[in-house]
Amino acid sequence: MTQDAKTINITLKVWRQKGPGVKGKLETYQVNNISTHMSFLEMLDVVNEDLAVNGKEPIEFDNDCREGICGMCGAVVNGAAHGPGKGMTLCQLHMRKFQNGDTIVVEPWRARAFPIVKDLIVDRSALDRIIQAGGYVSINAGGAPDGNAVPIPQEIAEKAMDAAACIGCGACVAACPNASAMLFVSAKVSQLALLPQGKPEAAKRALTMLRQMDDCGFGNCSNERECEAVCPKEISITNIARLNREYLKAGFFSEFK
Amino acid sequence: MQLDGKVPGGPLEAKWDRHRFELKLVNPANKRKFNIIVVGTGLAGGSASATLAELGYNVQTFCIQDSPRRAHSIAAQGGINASKNYPNDGDSIRRLFYDTVKGGDFRAREGNIYRLAQVSENIIDQCVAQGVPFAREYGGQLANRSFGGAQVSRTFYARGQTGQQLLLGAYSSLSRQIAVGKVKMYTRREMQELVLVNGQARGIVVRNLINGELESYAADAVVLATGGYGNVFYLSTNAASCNVGAAFKAYRKGAFFANPCYTQIHPTCIPQSGHFQSKLTLMSESLRNDGRVWVPKNKGDKRKPNEIPESERNYYLEIKYPSFGNLVPRDVASRNAKEQCDAGYGVGETGYAVYLDFADAIRRDGKDVIQKKYGNLFDMYANISGDDPYQTPMMIYPASHYAMGGLWVDYNLMSTIPGLFILGEANFSDHGANRLGASALMQGLADGYFILPYTIGGYIAGTSLPRLNTDHAAFKEAAADVKANVERLMSIKGNRTADDLHRELGEIMWNYCGMGRNEEGLSKAVTLIRNLRDEFWQNLLVPGSDQDYNLSLQKAGRVADFLEFGELLAVDALARKESCGSHFNEAYQTEEGEALRDDENFCHVSAWEYKGFGNEPEFHKEPLVFENVKLTQRSYK
Repeated sequence: MTQDAKTINITLKVWRQKGPGVKGKLETYQVNNISTHMSFLEMLDVVNEDLAVNGKEPIEFDNDCREGICGMCGAVVNGAAHGPGKGMTLCQLHMRKFQNGDTIVVEPWRARAFPIVKDLIVDRSALDRIIQAGGYVSINAGGAPDGNAVPIPQEIAEKAMDAAACIGCGACVAACPNASAMLFVSAKVSQLALLPQGKPEAAKRALTMLRQMDDCGFGNCSNERECEAVCPKEISITNIARLNREYLKAGFFSEFK
Repeated sequence: MQLDGKVPGGPLEAKWDRHRFELKLVNPANKRKFNIIVVGTGLAGGSASATLAELGYNVQTFCIQDSPRRAHSIAAQGGINASKNYPNDGDSIRRLFYDTVKGGDFRAREGNIYRLAQVSENIIDQCVAQGVPFAREYGGQLANRSFGGAQVSRTFYARGQTGQQLLLGAYSSLSRQIAVGKVKMYTRREMQELVLVNGQARGIVVRNLINGELESYAADAVVLATGGYGNVFYLSTNAASCNVGAAFKAYRKGAFFANPCYTQIHPTCIPQSGHFQSKLTLMSESLRNDGRVWVPKNKGDKRKPNEIPESERNYYLEIKYPSFGNLVPRDVASRNAKEQCDAGYGVGETGYAVYLDFADAIRRDGKDVIQKKYGNLFDMYANISGDDPYQTPMMIYPASHYAMGGLWVDYNLMSTIPGLFILGEANFSDHGANRLGASALMQGLADGYFILPYTIGGYIAGTSLPRLNTDHAAFKEAAADVKANVERLMSIKGNRTADDLHRELGEIMWNYCGMGRNEEGLSKAVTLIRNLRDEFWQNLLVPGSDQDYNLSLQKAGRVADFLEFGELLAVDALARKESCGSHFNEAYQTEEGEALRDDENFCHVSAWEYKGFGNEPEFHKEPLVFENVKLTQRSYK
């Protein structure tokens, strides 16, 4: 904030769509006097306030924590999921990344498994269903051994944490030409396969989560690496390699089919 | 009416054990005959839903977001306390208990806090078993760090994303129960009404946020885990959808609201940068372990921080509180920052910021060590502010963060409405007048994993619960009321949006009910809030329709509740004629400017009973009895 704030004028082209079965289109809005200290979503707030006061329907978009951790927000901005910032969510993107006179195109995540709800809002419940298929350790509350009973090497804990950082925003799916959720699945499979607590169910987990991913209508991975490039938590595709190993191992050697 | 917290008798250490033994049990085969509604899927609601389902109850769980994984617990950064004493530095259940009682400025129940400290250890074990990747030492043992308000290292953490990892742990357990059909999960639903039948909580009415339809759900008990009311200040560290709605609806139906004036203003947030600001981002308190707080010694010093020599810097926390230094509790740190800025020593464009400087830590430990500890926080700061905190000190200022107050509950976490249980931040029970860092996660999970699952069984086993469904007249009436309210909001067609009115409410609350309060200001706030409420009901503008997704309508409903709740907060603050913890009434302070309690007259919980729209609520008291700690003037010097 030691940099001086300046204001810019931009042209917004935003995807507007009434509902799931309705045809949508890009609408254009001229937006003036935007402080570069604003976040991208605050800029949309300003546009929405203006639309509302002028009797028009505001642009609906999902958002909640506005600090990059809840995973609720997301849109494709100028062709990039979460916009031009690296390692950040849409809510963390600030207007200082844009120049006066820029045209900014804003579209929802597009994937067969993410039907559009309204405007920029999509239904990502498929990601929840994938977790329900096996993204957990089967342990009930009570009866857990002492937290230090099983030592976990620091580098393993760190790797698990790298994977566990996934916020489930769906940017990886939006960026993938196959609309694959492999990065998402691999993050959870990796976290739990790395940790001793997750090992007993590792084989079953890899199989059931991937099966569910297919059933939800996500595509497969073809190593485009687009997911890794847009991931706000910079989750590496080495996790996908680990998932593939877990999957193969499970397919060949596990009792569970 | 004098309220009874129903804390069991006997020695402190044995209360919970004794209570668990005395609680009636529901036979395992019978649990499947009972339905429980849980509203909210944060640490408290998520863990409670999963655990109740594991026990065999049928659970219906509701959340406002598109997925139960997004509740705002996810944003907690620093850590979770537990009295494990792994570092061998003298921690114990009793010390965690004592620190929490003292940190809360002796305004919470001994029995509840001791229980919290007891189960803190189980929480860590449970989370490790779920695969929560806590930070580890090289030998593979769990790592600990210190946190504000404590002189031992008892905070467990997963980088700066502890809340996220614990929440994902609870969410994974919840997901497992959803998969086996024991939890029916309803997302994008907002609770609009609590339904009582024969005085018992038996269901809720929710609005489906996708299509606007009102849906009714019946159960044998209702659990609210709907978080705090920090957004009454408009600008806060809370997420956009955090609101007081569910709690306030319960309050209107007869649940008492306790200590609403206890609101925590967190000392380390990124300062506001303009009118458009929609939220304030918290920088974890853990930064105070290595960052040094200072302001220039000269008023209005506009030099860049690096150009101000050591001799012209005032490290006011280290000087004023030599034993705790930068690690004083949050209320103390916040108040001191305000004091410096009000006196003209503040920095930054607005003059409402102080420095948090890592230069010494980087010199001492090297950039790598600091990066490892706080890398994501530094990146977050750089991204929001455009400044690099490795090169120049961070600027921070306090912001509304956490609500210690909440719906009143007894030792069983049951409100004054039978069958209505309140968990986590939504209840008032454990933090007194100020919450210590890393204790919110502990409380949320304690309530959900290890307390409610026992106590709700005691209620169900000991209560006559006639079968009923949503055909009951009480559900029809509740749904009709909700429908009328939605139509009323839609029909005003004025020219101010809910956001605009909320922002104005926030300014009133921050100016008159914030870190420093006085009677004149609080009375003025009451008048201003009432006027704003009139303005709201005459001039609200809700665009769009109530038949599809309409965030403006959702916000309008929430702001309507905040406009009533804000007054309750001010009324409570007016009634508490003392200073304690986060509630600082300028008329009651020591010569050194510290909060001055009045234990003779105010050693109690204030619980308010709703008496109708626009009417003064009725005051009830729960005296606080301290048998194990001596009430002292809190000192962090």
